[in-house]
Amino acid sequence: MMCTVCGCGEGETRIEGQEPAHEHAHDHAHDHGHHHHDHHLGHGNDPQHHDYGQGPAHAHAPGMSQARMVQIEQDILGKNDAYARANRQRFAADGMLVLNLVSSPGSGKTSLLTATLEALKEEMPLAVIEGDQQTRNDAERIRATGVPALQINTGKGCHLDAHQVGHAVDRLAPEPGSLLFIENVGNLVCPAAFDLGEAHKIAILSVTEGEDKPVKYPDMFAAADLMLISKIDLLPHLDFDLERCIDYALQINPGIQILSLSAKTGEGMDDWLHWLRLARQSRLIGLRSRVPASAGESA
Amino acid sequence: MHEMSLCEGVLQVLESEARKQGFARVRQVWLEIGQLAGVEIEAMRFCFDAVMKGSLADQARLNILETPGEAWCMLCAKTVPVRERFDACPDCGSHQLQVTSGDRMRIKELEVE
Repeated sequence: MMCTVCGCGEGETRIEGQEPAHEHAHDHAHDHGHHHHDHHLGHGNDPQHHDYGQGPAHAHAPGMSQARMVQIEQDILGKNDAYARANRQRFAADGMLVLNLVSSPGSGKTSLLTATLEALKEEMPLAVIEGDQQTRNDAERIRATGVPALQINTGKGCHLDAHQVGHAVDRLAPEPGSLLFIENVGNLVCPAAFDLGEAHKIAILSVTEGEDKPVKYPDMFAAADLMLISKIDLLPHLDFDLERCIDYALQINPGIQILSLSAKTGEGMDDWLHWLRLARQSRLIGLRSRVPASAGESA
Repeated sequence: MHEMSLCEGVLQVLESEARKQGFARVRQVWLEIGQLAGVEIEAMRFCFDAVMKGSLADQARLNILETPGEAWCMLCAKTVPVRERFDACPDCGSHQLQVTSGDRMRIKELEVE
């Protein structure tokens, strides 16, 4: 559905160890090397590309070339944003609440997520997309809760993009009305710029990190609607200044909501679960109040 | 942030425009990058050369137009210049600012043949 203009096969993405499921007949043979840009770092001598000519600096003599100017005016992330729009439309049509969880590595995202799934799995349909550079360990941890999960390995990629997520949702096929968590690659920088079509970005910050993370990584905290301060059971042992952290986050993003919790002791978990239930309710109400016109929409 | 990914995004646009508009080589690229877009210009230049290598834009010249950051201050009710996303209003010191300009990244123009 979403792949009519797709540039699949970029880099080293694997969805559960496999290459993207479809080949692209529209990619000409000489294009194939282009999708592995990372490999060009340091050795640019791909023999498939010699036909483009070497030494173009000399070929630029005035009057010798048919150089012309082309107006483009396109957002650099425009392609990702188009996929994100298609995802969002689909999530809305299916009444799904989709949350994009972002944090540094080691913030306890996966532990928080498994505790959350355990608490909600009898109540509502759940699904998880796990993004990591390598390994399927996290998806396996999630599946141990009985919730369907799919791992995307981004290879060298430092973030998930909307196109990968679209494919993963195809595979997972969550039922309408599901709560879908997307656990992004542990990285507070790059995922800020890549819209996946989610309803909310949720930034998780553990008290074992610096309280100044919101001002160190302002783009992420500006993009998030909710900040979870995790592992608060450890607060007595640390110098983490909770008030200061909250002030920093509000300085970056006056509208951000903030919850503090511990997946280990359960403190604060009720508020988080309540937040999730309310957010999901609003999606379902939105779904019910719509005339079922969504069937006619095409992404 | 992820300048490598951004350059790959640029290359994808170049490749699809080359098919649409019928050109084989890109000689120069003009990008507009806002000061609040979180892009390190030097890293962008470095990645650009690496990513374009062996492509239709091999050795293309990268021109970057930096656009200044601006925000609407809710207390002053006017547009003020900002250099970072978390800057305070230079006039009243408030953080109630809404970024209005300088957070975009766009490909403006190409010289092709």
